[in-house]
Amino acid sequence: MIDWMRYRVIYFAISAVVIGVGVFSLFKWGLSLGIDFTGGTILEYRLPDGGTKIIKGSLIDQTKREEIKEEIVRFENVGPAIGPELIKKTLYALIISAVAILLWIAYQFKSIKFGISATLATLHDSFVLLGSFALLGHFFGAEVDFLFVTAMLTILSFSVHDTIVVYDRIRESQKKFGGNLYDLANKAISETMVRSLNNSFTIIFMLVALVLLGGETIRWFAVALLIGTISGTYSSPFVAVPILVTWDEIEKKLRLRK
Amino acid sequence: MLQISAPLKKILLILFITAIAVLVDLPSEFNLFGRKFIRPNLDLKLGRFEIKKNLDLTLGLDLAGGSHLVFETDTSKIPSDKRKTAIEGVRGVIEKRVNLFGVSEPSVQTSEFEGKDRILVELPGVKDTQAAVGLIGKTAQLVFAEMIEIPGEAGATPSATLKLTDLTGADLQTADVVFDRETGKPAISIQFTKEGGEKFAEITQRNVKKSLPIILDDAILSAPIVQEEITGGSAQISGSFTLDEAKNLAIQLNAGALPVPIKLVEERTVGAILGVESINKSVKAGLIGVGMVLLFMLLAYGKLGLVADAGLLIFGILTLAIYKLGGVVLTLPGIAGFLLSIGMAVDSNILIFERFKEERKNRPIPDALEISFGRAWDSIRDANVATIITSLVLMNPLNFSFLNSSGPVRGFAITLLFGIIISLFTGIVVSRNLLRIFIKEKND
Repeated sequence: MIDWMRYRVIYFAISAVVIGVGVFSLFKWGLSLGIDFTGGTILEYRLPDGGTKIIKGSLIDQTKREEIKEEIVRFENVGPAIGPELIKKTLYALIISAVAILLWIAYQFKSIKFGISATLATLHDSFVLLGSFALLGHFFGAEVDFLFVTAMLTILSFSVHDTIVVYDRIRESQKKFGGNLYDLANKAISETMVRSLNNSFTIIFMLVALVLLGGETIRWFAVALLIGTISGTYSSPFVAVPILVTWDEIEKKLRLRK
Repeated sequence: MLQISAPLKKILLILFITAIAVLVDLPSEFNLFGRKFIRPNLDLKLGRFEIKKNLDLTLGLDLAGGSHLVFETDTSKIPSDKRKTAIEGVRGVIEKRVNLFGVSEPSVQTSEFEGKDRILVELPGVKDTQAAVGLIGKTAQLVFAEMIEIPGEAGATPSATLKLTDLTGADLQTADVVFDRETGKPAISIQFTKEGGEKFAEITQRNVKKSLPIILDDAILSAPIVQEEITGGSAQISGSFTLDEAKNLAIQLNAGALPVPIKLVEERTVGAILGVESINKSVKAGLIGVGMVLLFMLLAYGKLGLVADAGLLIFGILTLAIYKLGGVVLTLPGIAGFLLSIGMAVDSNILIFERFKEERKNRPIPDALEISFGRAWDSIRDANVATIITSLVLMNPLNFSFLNSSGPVRGFAITLLFGIIISLFTGIVVSRNLLRIFIKEKND
């Protein structure tokens, strides 16, 4: 059996580098916020050759809209008050989901350790996603809008989904064979690795198809879900479980010292 | 005698349900082998109960085209205990105006967040959004005023001041667009209520040979000179309207004035053409994605994968039927949610199959199968509860004001939630019974 937990330091280092780059990008460039957050206007109209042209700006008034003779296919106008509200509502939604999931896991696995380490892994994925979008926003013009917010919440549950499957294996072996968490974790990760990869592949297939063919409106939404799925798949065996094992070891050492 | 085993019975039942679902899924009209078929809508009579249901998929504004408008109400001048009534009043008036404007299936809702009251208006299929915004957003407070002369000093031009009367838009019975007999221009003919007619008679009697300004939202519409007392209870406003303006004003007067002023804070309009393009693109993406998932399962799990693929197809058919029956409004993010749930639906099968590979080493195949299903169920349940929690928070079914209630997010959450629940059914019940049959035949 592979001793996954032996290389914990490497996993933590990889995550630290990825999140480090993300946080750096966040501070350097910030997120490029869409009109859902900043307020403003998007106007898309059809060109004679069949394509469309998009004008973005701060609140375009109605007269400007009337100047455009071509057929307007999309017009969005968001007042400045909507953005701060969206941020607040997002935070509430994130907190409620995270706490509910934490409690659910803690209850199912009879341990707050499981709940918190799973939640930390989802936090990891959220940072990876935010950091990626700071980079993508700077280099490719990806904007953060309310669909991004939706993607972030969905990723929260994805990430936990995978983590629970691993935890479940740990719980089952614990009941059957007992033993320390280190070995149980290694066993559980080996047993769930193929499943975890295969399942992520099917989701990734779907999302890649959406990114490539799904059209402009949901492209970045699909990209956000894709990044989240990859990060979520990684974070279950390589963030949540290592945190759990490390926590368990520290706890045991402290107990011995007393 | 032919014995039908329990799993076979279940599979037959599932196939029967799937067949019904296929009927529900069919588009309302389609061509097959050169013949044209029309799918009937649901119309059942069971004793006293009558079930009628249109089986067309309801498309959201982003797919069908239309406008999503958010207005903010200004309740600063209303005492706080009367605010709720005022907001409801606003909603009612807007609803009436929208209906009179002739929009099919509009939706007018109120939403409150941290003391700010909003009115959300959804207008499917509206082409001229600006006219709609103008129609909805105007307070349309109509007042009749009198001119009171102020005696000036000798030699100075006499000045006059406006005095508002108590005759307002609330005293109207109906308002109609007419054409002025002399000028041929559009005008508004109004019919007062009985009480309003009496007030009007009184006012006109007082003001013979004087001007009687008619004021709409603090601007003078027209100021006709009263020739004689008018007792018939009707009057005509002939400002300089275009026909559309006159029509809008008639609608506003008929629907009543807004109790408080409102202003547009958000607008999202999507043309119907863009919607059709979005549908085509996502259907294409979906088909290719599903094809890849089906192929992957086949390559990774062989015959087992075939069972999972069958389960997945049944999942797709059932899900679409439930969207139709449950009245799910399909939006673009909703389609993404559906496709995502297809990607996730195979997860329960993958979990079971991986487990089956392990268990098969230690036990006979039928036992290994049952044990795999039993053990994998714990993981499947625990893991899916987490996703269900998140989709419920996103969906916000109880309309908590501190959470999002915007259409696209909700559309995504609803399809994801339905998808997960149905995938639990197909992943467990359908695949399990299919596998039982295959394995039994193998043993026989």
